[in-house]
Amino acid sequence: MDDKRLIVSGSPHMHTKDTVKGKMWGVVVALLPAVIFSVYAFGLGALVVIFTSVLGCVMIEYLIQRYLVGGKLTVTNGSAVITGLLLAMNLPSNLPIWIILIGCLVAIGLGKYAFGGLGQNIFNPAILGRVFLLISFPQQMTTWPVPFVSRGSYLDAATGATVLGRMKMNELMPENVDLMGSFIGQMGGSLGEVSAVALLLGGLFLIVRRIITWHIPLSIMITVSVFSWLAGINPLVSLLSGGVLLGSIFMATDYVTSPMTRNGMILYGVMIGVITMVIRLWGAYPEGVSFAILIMNGFTPLINVYMRPKRFGERRGNKVWRK
Amino acid sequence: MELVVLSVAILGGLGIASAVILFITAKRFSIKENPKIAEIEELLPGANCGGCGRNGCHDFAVACAEAKTLDGLHCPSCKEETMAKIAEITGLAKAVSVKPKVAVLHCNGTCDNRPRKSYYDGPMSCHIENSLYLGARGCAYGCLGCGDCVDACRFGALAINTRTGIVEIDTEKCVGCGACVGACPRHLIELRNKGPKGMRVYVACANRDKGALAMKECRVSCIGCGKCVKVCTHDAIVVGDNLAAIDFEKCKLCKKCVAVCPRNSIVAVNFPIQKAIMAEGQIREEVNYVENI
Amino acid sequence: MLKTFNKGGIHIPEYKFTAGNPIVELPAPREAVVTFSQHIGAIAVCCVKQGEHVERGQLIAKANGVVSANVHTPISGTVKSIGKWKTAFGYPCDTVTIVASDEDAAYDAISIPTARTDEEVAALTAEDIKSIVADAGVVGLGGAAFPTKVKLTPPSGSNPELLILNGAECEPFLTNDHALMVSCADEIIEGAGYIMRATGVKRAVIGIENNKPDAVSCIKDRLKGNPAISVVALETKYPQGGEKQLIKAIIGREVPNGNLPVSVGVIVQNVGTAYAIYRAVRLREPLISRIMTVSGKNVKNPGNFRVFLGTPLKTVIDAAGGIPENTGKIIVGGPMMGRALVSVDAPTIKGVSGIVIVPEEESRRMSEEPCIRCGACVEVCPMGLEPYLLMPLTENGEWDLLNRHGVKNCIECGCCAYSCPSSRPLLDFIRLGKFKVNEAVRRKNNQN
Repeated sequence: MDDKRLIVSGSPHMHTKDTVKGKMWGVVVALLPAVIFSVYAFGLGALVVIFTSVLGCVMIEYLIQRYLVGGKLTVTNGSAVITGLLLAMNLPSNLPIWIILIGCLVAIGLGKYAFGGLGQNIFNPAILGRVFLLISFPQQMTTWPVPFVSRGSYLDAATGATVLGRMKMNELMPENVDLMGSFIGQMGGSLGEVSAVALLLGGLFLIVRRIITWHIPLSIMITVSVFSWLAGINPLVSLLSGGVLLGSIFMATDYVTSPMTRNGMILYGVMIGVITMVIRLWGAYPEGVSFAILIMNGFTPLINVYMRPKRFGERRGNKVWRK
Repeated sequence: MELVVLSVAILGGLGIASAVILFITAKRFSIKENPKIAEIEELLPGANCGGCGRNGCHDFAVACAEAKTLDGLHCPSCKEETMAKIAEITGLAKAVSVKPKVAVLHCNGTCDNRPRKSYYDGPMSCHIENSLYLGARGCAYGCLGCGDCVDACRFGALAINTRTGIVEIDTEKCVGCGACVGACPRHLIELRNKGPKGMRVYVACANRDKGALAMKECRVSCIGCGKCVKVCTHDAIVVGDNLAAIDFEKCKLCKKCVAVCPRNSIVAVNFPIQKAIMAEGQIREEVNYVENI
Repeated sequence: MLKTFNKGGIHIPEYKFTAGNPIVELPAPREAVVTFSQHIGAIAVCCVKQGEHVERGQLIAKANGVVSANVHTPISGTVKSIGKWKTAFGYPCDTVTIVASDEDAAYDAISIPTARTDEEVAALTAEDIKSIVADAGVVGLGGAAFPTKVKLTPPSGSNPELLILNGAECEPFLTNDHALMVSCADEIIEGAGYIMRATGVKRAVIGIENNKPDAVSCIKDRLKGNPAISVVALETKYPQGGEKQLIKAIIGREVPNGNLPVSVGVIVQNVGTAYAIYRAVRLREPLISRIMTVSGKNVKNPGNFRVFLGTPLKTVIDAAGGIPENTGKIIVGGPMMGRALVSVDAPTIKGVSGIVIVPEEESRRMSEEPCIRCGACVEVCPMGLEPYLLMPLTENGEWDLLNRHGVKNCIECGCCAYSCPSSRPLLDFIRLGKFKVNEAVRRKNNQN
């Protein structure tokens, strides 16, 4: 045995096949239906926006890691691709390239690396990028091309207001919303908001592959439905218009910025739903999912502290460990 | 115009009001501290190494300022002049000078002397490796080379030599605070008298196995043969548990034991180069130390 | 719906290659190396001299204190040397080496201890059984090797009412308990009876994971007409074999943290321990052999073996076809909680429930990546801890906070490190933190 050198390490000596890389690329795969549908609906514009955003995020991540942060290059783990894709999903298809690149820079640079890179960020980078753009370029960020109308054009695509925008302006009554159209993707909006079917397909994939659990998406959707039912709006209208599905399935479930425990996830989801509806009904903006997620991202560390898992063998009143 | 005056007045008023409040609170709640404490703390290195036996530099400064005598209060990382200045500030007699100490590693199990016998695949922590097994080098007593002591050192005096795989102590930087002593899970580091010009003789081994077993494990292991005990004229060496130990208070640096050790496990460092007896397989960097002096 | 514990836990590949293999008897070694620290607790004290002739089963080291266990010689022979010997992890340990001559071996082969008759057994009191178990040096054979005598003597004031026999065997690869339950069901049941008599417990349950249906049915058959003992099939889930998880799964009670199982009225023993107690009480044989599994993906003839303690691990591995070519790691115990060994020349000891040989390509850990806060470790922790938090706290030396976050409750099952997608060495650090916290607490207590 002297010639044979054994490897020694601590237990456990087995490891799951799950990797960060696998989970990240799983999310990318889950986003594909929505991406494909958006290209189908918006044509050239969607392609330009998606490519710019993904390439921009990956390049910025690479440059920051290479020249600013140092250490092992982890661009290939797919997290920058997700950020890019999600950012693109949140943008209108007629957004100029330079604005998209600013969004990428904010998302990766400010949202992720300013906090210390993957796993350290408090706010979801893609949402941070989108909200930054929404506040900085409100004009460009709120003119939404109408799907299936001018698929061959990019910057000069025909535009119209979204369902939520028209409802805000009292141009459209909730009763008159074309639900079926919203469901399969006839309504205007950002790239990812168009088709509910594609998003739900992606969400199903994520849950089946155990990349996310049902807690966050479902609690957001249920809260939004209940809230709008109480407010006298058809819950389906609230769910299918705007970014509730995209936000609840893909944005709010980001590992880094969402709570750890099941109970924490449900609280987080419920609060996102409530804030979303409050902004929609009484706020200045027609849509509030991004803001709601961003606000709750900030509360996540607090939720992690107060929504601890219940310890085994811990009885009510028997808090010896807390002394 | 009215607007400008109004805003200036409001902001200025706010500023003055806040200043008054701050002034009053600062006066009301100020804690009177011995001014000597701040003066002394200024002189200290601020590394909070704990080498003085207090909880950090501030604690030491407080102790100095309040002490009736400076005996027993010694900052190992301060120079003599600094201690003299502290004595000046406190107005007390200078403490009896304490012999400067330096950390030494009781292991010379370099890659050459003690080849790797297994792979350790886990976090770089001596404590963790030590709790799992005897270590990748096949000696249950020797340096593991993961660098827990390096992390503990606040003065950058310790480093893992990538060529030898064990930790090396920079005599120049080491102040003898002893942080590394507690960090080593195998208690391999000891504080010894620095000796004149840094010259010192010590046993670079901690192997307590019986001779035959110890010989197998490392080329420079102490086998407890006792030859050094016989040759020592100062009664400075004792062998216990198959391991020799040199008492640095008694050792007169005659280096007879170095010459007689059949295993080359007694190391003499910082002796003038023409007289230095460099043991075979000893760390080559030792030579550099000598040349630096 | 099968019973199981509700919090955490993971479903891992089972790799039970040797399920259903019969127990192969390995011959007694001609030279046995018996170490004095085969159990948790104080090292036993040697009570033989060099050159002395000993007979199989003779006491060679006495228990030192309450938490300690006697050690007996597995073979007849002459004491060759008393000294240090390296354990499988390389640390030296007090040992006795015994060499058997041809005569001794021949004597061992034919001599059979005289079993107690039914009348003699019936006459034993609870105290008698306890002292027989203590004299025989029986320890928990599930892996931790805690002296059984201590477990049979619940602290005064406690009221044990149920005995749980642990046949869960949730570790992958290992099948030694399975093999034992299939082939020695009667003996296990008899051993359980002795434990019940010794502790005054009236009911017993044998918990078996349902990936061992033959063991369940086998024991069920033998239990007909024995209303005191029953069998419960459990859902297969790691770490079901953990004492606290098993109690939760079977009777739904949680042992308050920091307490012994007896605080909820339960005594847990491994089925292997029950079998050893049977041998000690009925056959007057001290604990000098045990069942162990040798398995692994590339092992030629994996199997379950009855091995005399003191046999070099290498001999046992050779019986299973030797160490395969591309071996990277050899584990003593199961792959989730076992320890990687460094030398196969070390002897078999009481706590070794199996040897798992891992091929080189599966031995190395994946490179560590930053924590992405996915919460997988929190979800799988059966003790409801937060491993993602405990690891950095250990790295930063925050012993007080670690204690407050319950690091001492960790059962070191390894679920967190198993399921971490970033392959972070969570358990390595938590184990260190646990050790340091215990050390700090002890220091504090000494000061006060």
